[in-house]
Amino acid sequence: MVLLVSLAHMIKKPQPSTSPDRRGFMRGVLTMIAGGFALLGPLLGGLALLLDPLRRNRNETSGAFIMVARLASLPANGIPMKFDILSNRKDAWNHYSNVPVGSIYLRRTKNEHLAAFNIICPHAGCFVQIDSQKPQFNCPCHESQFHFDGTKANPNNPSPRGMDPLQVEIRNGDEIWVQYQSFKTGISERIPTS
Amino acid sequence: MRRLLKWIDDRTGLEKVIRSALFNEIPGGAKWRHTWGSILLFMFAVQAITGMALWMSYSPSTRSAWESVYYIQHVMQLGWLVRGIHYYAAEAMVVLVLLHVIQKIWFKGYRKPRELMFWIAMAMALVVIGFSLTGYLLPWDQQGYWSAKVRTHIMSLSPVFGTYLERLTIGGEHFGHHTLTRFFALHAGVLPVVFSGLLLARMMLVRRYRKQAFEETAKTEVNVSSFWPGQALKNAIACLAVMGLVMLMTLKPQWFGFTHIGMGAPLAAPADPTDLYAAARPEWYFLFLFQFLKYFPGEKEVLGAIFIPSLILGYFVIMPWVAKVRIGHYFNILVSIGLLTGAFWLTYSAKMEDATNANYIAAGEQAHEKAQRAVELASGPTGIPEQGALHLLHHDPKTLGPILFAAHCSSCHRFDGHDGTGKVPLDTSSAPDLKGFASRAWLTDLLKPEHIATKRYFGETAFRNGDMVRFVNKKVSQFDKEEKVALERAIKALSAEAGLSRQAKVEEAEADLIVLGKEDLGYELGCSDCHAFHFEDDDADGPDLTGYGSREWMKSFISDPGQKRFYGENNDRMPSFLTEGILTPTEIGLLVDWLRQDWYEPLPK
Ligand code: FES
Repeated sequence: MVLLVSLAHMIKKPQPSTSPDRRGFMRGVLTMIAGGFALLGPLLGGLALLLDPLRRNRNETSGAFIMVARLASLPANGIPMKFDILSNRKDAWNHYSNVPVGSIYLRRTKNEHLAAFNIICPHAGCFVQIDSQKPQFNCPCHESQFHFDGTKANPNNPSPRGMDPLQVEIRNGDEIWVQYQSFKTGISERIPTS
Repeated sequence: MRRLLKWIDDRTGLEKVIRSALFNEIPGGAKWRHTWGSILLFMFAVQAITGMALWMSYSPSTRSAWESVYYIQHVMQLGWLVRGIHYYAAEAMVVLVLLHVIQKIWFKGYRKPRELMFWIAMAMALVVIGFSLTGYLLPWDQQGYWSAKVRTHIMSLSPVFGTYLERLTIGGEHFGHHTLTRFFALHAGVLPVVFSGLLLARMMLVRRYRKQAFEETAKTEVNVSSFWPGQALKNAIACLAVMGLVMLMTLKPQWFGFTHIGMGAPLAAPADPTDLYAAARPEWYFLFLFQFLKYFPGEKEVLGAIFIPSLILGYFVIMPWVAKVRIGHYFNILVSIGLLTGAFWLTYSAKMEDATNANYIAAGEQAHEKAQRAVELASGPTGIPEQGALHLLHHDPKTLGPILFAAHCSSCHRFDGHDGTGKVPLDTSSAPDLKGFASRAWLTDLLKPEHIATKRYFGETAFRNGDMVRFVNKKVSQFDKEEKVALERAIKALSAEAGLSRQAKVEEAEADLIVLGKEDLGYELGCSDCHAFHFEDDDADGPDLTGYGSREWMKSFISDPGQKRFYGENNDRMPSFLTEGILTPTEIGLLVDWLRQDWYEPLPK
C-alpha cells in the first residue's frame, strides 16, 4: 500500500523535488485508504460469493448401502450388467428425489460370486462400457481396458488402477445392496470423494 | 449538421481524436501485415453481436439450457444462422490468434521494445481458448457436458489447489446449475472484458510504436501513408475475407472437415449424466493434447496434462529474452516449428486411431441418432415438458426400448437376431425372436411347421415338445385348402387383437375378413381347445388370446407370465418382471410400446 502511494507520488511529481512533500504523501495514503474501504464491501462480498461452493455439503449418499436390484434381474453368466444408483440429489436450489446419481456394473458368475464396480473410469472419469467385440470393459475416452473382474487388461493403458470395486451384500434373500462410492480419479490410490 | 458536429466537437474534442486515428501515419505504407489488429477487433465485434443476440434467448440452467438452444436453433427466426456464425467464428478466431502469435515470432515481432505486444498476443490466444472452453458447455448437450467433465478433471490434477480449483469451476461437487451460471458469466462477462482490455492495450501500443518508428525513419523513408484510406481499405478487405470464410463454414461445415452435416452449428442430445457420450472428443484444436495424454498413463498424467504444457507456455513467455542471445531467435523459430509439427502429427494420429476404432464409430452414429431423436421429440406435439428435454428421451420407447431389451430380455430373446441395439450377444438365444411380435408376418411363420420348432420361435424353450408345436406339426401341416384359407383369416383376426398401429390401415380395409377369422379362431380350427378367446374357459391351459399382443396384454404378460391367464404353471424360465421387482411399470410400458413399434414419429415433410 505504502509502496503504491509512493509510486503514485513519483508519477505525479515529475520535476525533481529535493525534500519529500510530507503533506502530499499523507494525502496519498488517505486517498488509498478511503478508496480501499469504499471497494472493500463489494470486493469481499463478491469473493465470498465466488468461494461459496467450497463450503457446500458433500453428497449425502456417500458410503451408504443402497438397494440396486434383485438377484432375478442379474443372470449368472459372468457378463456384467449396468445398473443405475437411484438416490436424492441437490443441485443448488433444486432437490431431486430418487434420480440416478451414478451407475455401477454388477456381475454374477456361474459359481454365484457377486461383484460390483463403479462405472466411473479411474483415469479421467468417463463411463466405462462393455466392449462391443471382446468380453472386457473398454473406456471410450482414452481406451483403457479392464477385465470383467475389474483389473487392468493392459498395463500400458492410461488408467492408473483397475476399476473401483464396491461392497455388495445380499439382503432379505434376493435384494442386491451396494455401498455406493466414487473415488478420486487419476491416481493409483483409492481415495473416496463422494 | 455542421453545427451539430461543431457543438459536439466543442465539448469533446472528438474531431482531433478521430483525425489522429484516421490520419495516423504509417511508416512503410499500407501493408496486409498490418491488418491483424482490425481483424481481431472485427472478429470480436462479430462475436459480441451474435453473442448478445443469442444471450437474449439463452437460459443457463440444467433444465433450460439445451432447451433454449434448441429453440434458437430450430424454431427462432434465423437462429441457426446466428448460432452458426458465433460457433464457426469462434473456430476461426482460434486459428487467427494462433497465427498471430506465430507471425510475431517469425517476424521477430517480440524484439525490444515490442515484448509487450508479443505477450498481449499470447494472452489473446489464451483468452480466446478460454472463450471456447466455456462456450462449449453452454448448450448443455452431451458433447459439451462430457468434454467439460474431462477438462475439469484435468484441472483437478494440478498440484496443491487442484480439487479446490475444480470445485470452484463447477460451482460445487457435481455438474449442475452453478456450473452453467459460472461458465456463462466467464464466457459473456469476464472474458469479454479481459479481451477488450487486451485489444485496447494492443491498439495503444501499436500507435506508440508507429509514432516512434515514424520519428526515426521520417527523414529517410519516402513511402509514408496515413491509415485512411489505404490501410483502412486493406483492413476492410481482410475482414470481409475472414467473414466470408466464416459464412461458408456456417453454410457448408462439411467442406471444412467438420463431421456435422447440415447448416449451422451442431447440437448433440441433451446432457445426460447417466449416459456417457462415448463419441466425446475435444475440438479439433485440442485433439493433439488429447492424443498427447495417451502417452502418459496412470499417475504420469499430470506430467502431460499440467507440467509439460505449463513449461512450454513458460518458454513462450521468455522467448523475447531468448531472442537476445545470438542465435536465440532462430532457436525460437526452431522450437515453434518443432511444436507445430508435433501437434500436427498428434492430431493426425488421433484422427487415424479414431478412424479405425469400431467402438468410436458406432458411438458416433448412436450419438447422432440420439441428437436427431431429441429434436424430433422436442418439435413433436407434446413439446418440451417442464422437466426438460431429457425427460422426453427418458420416456421415449424408440430410445429406451432397445436399451431395456438388451439389458433384460436379450439373455434369452432376440430382436431380429440381435439384442435390440444391434449387437449380437455372445451366447445363443433360448426364446423367441420378438421382432414383429403378434404381427401377421410373425404369426404366419409361427404357424408353419418348418419354423415353429426353430430357435426363432419355440425351438429352445420347454414348449418345444408342447401342445402348440405338436398342433402345428400334426394338424396344421395336414390342413386342406379350405382350412388353410380359414387359418389365414384366423391369423388376421388374432393379429387384429393387438391393434398394431402399422396394420391399422389393412385391418380397416379387411374388417369383414377379420370378423370371419374370429369365428374360425374361436370355433373351427381347434385353437379354442387350449386357448380362451373372448369367453371364459377354465380348462384352457394355453395363454388367453383375448387382446393378444395388445398393450395391456403384453404389459400384463411381462409383469407376470405365470398368471393363470398366460402360462400358469407351464411358464418356462421367463421372470415375472414386475412382481419380482426387476422392472417398473413405466419401463415395462416403454418396452411394450417399443416392441409394438408404437412411438412418436414425425410426419415426413
Ligand atoms: S477416462 Fe477412461 S481412459 Fe481416460
